[in-house]
Amino acid sequence: MRRLTATVLGALALAASAWAQSTITLVGAGATFPYPLMAKYADEYTRLTGGKVRINYQSIGSGGGIRQFLEQTVHFGASDAPLSDQVMKDVKTRFKTNALNIAYALGAVVPVYNLPGVREPLRFTGPVLADIYLGKIKTWNDPALQALNPNVKLPPLPITVVHRSDGSGTTYVWVDYLSKVSPEWASKVGRGTSVQWPVGVGGKGNEGVAGVVKQTPGAIGYVEVTYAKQNNLSYGAVQNKSGRFILADLASIKAAANVPLPGDMRVSITDTAAPDGYPIASFTYLLLYEDLSVNKAVKSEAEARALVEFVKWILTDGQKYNEPLTYGALDSVPQQRALALLSRVTYQGKPIGKEITGR
Amino acid sequence: MKRLYTHSGDRIFAWALLLLALGVVVLALLMAYELYQGGSLALKRFGLLGFALGREWDPVIQKSFGAWPYILGTVIVSLSALLLSFFPALAAAIFAAEYAPRWLAQVINFLLDLMAAVPSVVYGLWGIFVLAPWIRDQVQLPLYMWAAEHAPWLVPILGVPTGYGLMTAVLILASMIVPYTAALARDAIALVPKEHREAAYALGATRWEVMRMAILPLARGGIIAGAFLALARAVGETMAVTMVIGNSHKLPYTLFGGAATMPSVIANEFTEAVEDLHLSALIAVGFLLFWVSMAVNFAAAYVLRRQERLVKGVL
Repeated sequence: MRRLTATVLGALALAASAWAQSTITLVGAGATFPYPLMAKYADEYTRLTGGKVRINYQSIGSGGGIRQFLEQTVHFGASDAPLSDQVMKDVKTRFKTNALNIAYALGAVVPVYNLPGVREPLRFTGPVLADIYLGKIKTWNDPALQALNPNVKLPPLPITVVHRSDGSGTTYVWVDYLSKVSPEWASKVGRGTSVQWPVGVGGKGNEGVAGVVKQTPGAIGYVEVTYAKQNNLSYGAVQNKSGRFILADLASIKAAANVPLPGDMRVSITDTAAPDGYPIASFTYLLLYEDLSVNKAVKSEAEARALVEFVKWILTDGQKYNEPLTYGALDSVPQQRALALLSRVTYQGKPIGKEITGR
Repeated sequence: MKRLYTHSGDRIFAWALLLLALGVVVLALLMAYELYQGGSLALKRFGLLGFALGREWDPVIQKSFGAWPYILGTVIVSLSALLLSFFPALAAAIFAAEYAPRWLAQVINFLLDLMAAVPSVVYGLWGIFVLAPWIRDQVQLPLYMWAAEHAPWLVPILGVPTGYGLMTAVLILASMIVPYTAALARDAIALVPKEHREAAYALGATRWEVMRMAILPLARGGIIAGAFLALARAVGETMAVTMVIGNSHKLPYTLFGGAATMPSVIANEFTEAVEDLHLSALIAVGFLLFWVSMAVNFAAAYVLRRQERLVKGVL
């Protein structure tokens, strides 16, 4: 009898430890913009692994994501903008390893407007958008706008500029683009998740900007292309570096990233050189430590391996979920670059990144 | 008296009360300390006064932070909302407590309670989609056009009539805090002893005179307490105000133009503040907000005590 009890107990203990080992929960935190995509990845990946790997993603904002990443309370962070040089340096001195910025999806920001009677998409150039947001172009029938849209009768309405009031990756992409095309913008306002706006009304969130634009004839604002499409807002085409007017869609966003990229992917692809690329697009990033053993949140080699497997899956098979959810998918150049970055991951000296990505 | 406390049960109860009460005090002090700690980077860089009176808030180019536009915005918006809502709320309370038939009073009370229970994001959405466009078309544009023609000096005070700005925020906030003032005023009026009314009527006072001389002086403490509760609520209100105020911290503020408040800047920028100084400046704004709320509460306590003394003098 005693033996039997011991056997049963032993078997139970074994089963329990096997269960504990076989279920891994990867915790991530960061940007709100990719949350629907991340939720889809999590669902599909958990199903794929038969429930062995679960993903818990908290969409607390890019700033929070970066802080949690540095505090090492999460397996991976997520941010709409790559880590700044300063933060990269901090990571290097504090943890003696590099932070990896791995792009896995693309977003685009479009100028939306409310002009009663104007049906076809308006055309904008970067400098004109910058002048509108600097308060220098004040009415819709301004010669600069009329010259770009010779076939449209623009009303003499005053332009109401609308921007995001909350700090956001969307704002970062928008002002990053304006900084590149307008020296005045770069020196007066600059780029950041929240900036000191020269003019305009601040709306909270995509829904705030869209709400104000919808309710105000003559308003111009900027939102994620996904949001503009879902809410039937009219948005304009923007002239890219090669002089072509491009409307944001999945193809032109994907094309925007198909340019030579630096090794660490910390690059802004706004004002892209790709001839078919939409100029106000950007990557959104996962943040990992190159040496995963410094991350206090990663408690075992099994967890480290599960994390790398998951990221590899996102960069390869997972990409097919991007476009149905209207996120840009990675084209071949950025995909290879992202996998190369992932292959640098190690855990306690073991090159698990190389083993898993097979590079 | 002392014998009561010799029972151990009573003693335990007294100690438990003391501990729980101290817990509240400790919590408040801890909060203030944590806010100070979090904000110390910004407070040290700019100095407490420099930070509170600074007019620049530029997280990108100059990396300089000053909370003055937000403090000013909070004070203007919450005081105006209180002034605007006070008399309608008082009227509703008097009507519900004294004039209305019972069924109507119940309806009014029910609706007031309902107004207090509506989440502020709902007020905000209503503000974006209904109130702001209506105010722009029906109030701001006609006024602006008239001023442009007849009184050009008024134009810079009015500002750009976009609908999203100070005026709309004040109106939304005023309607949000009406139930607080009204509910406390109503209860205070209902608590005035019947004898006072009857005595006043016996002296030949009219209904209005009874209200003015017998009821309102006695209910004044409760009415003012309600007003301060409403003010505290207005100072801290975040969501609805942020959604309609236009979020511009450019001084000087105009009547129609955008403005910003302390809670709104925290709510707006906290999630994406990456740099330490920026984050610290936001927490420091929270620290200042803590003191502004504290000042409001102390002012309320002071006024209440003075009122109580006055009332005692009357009795």
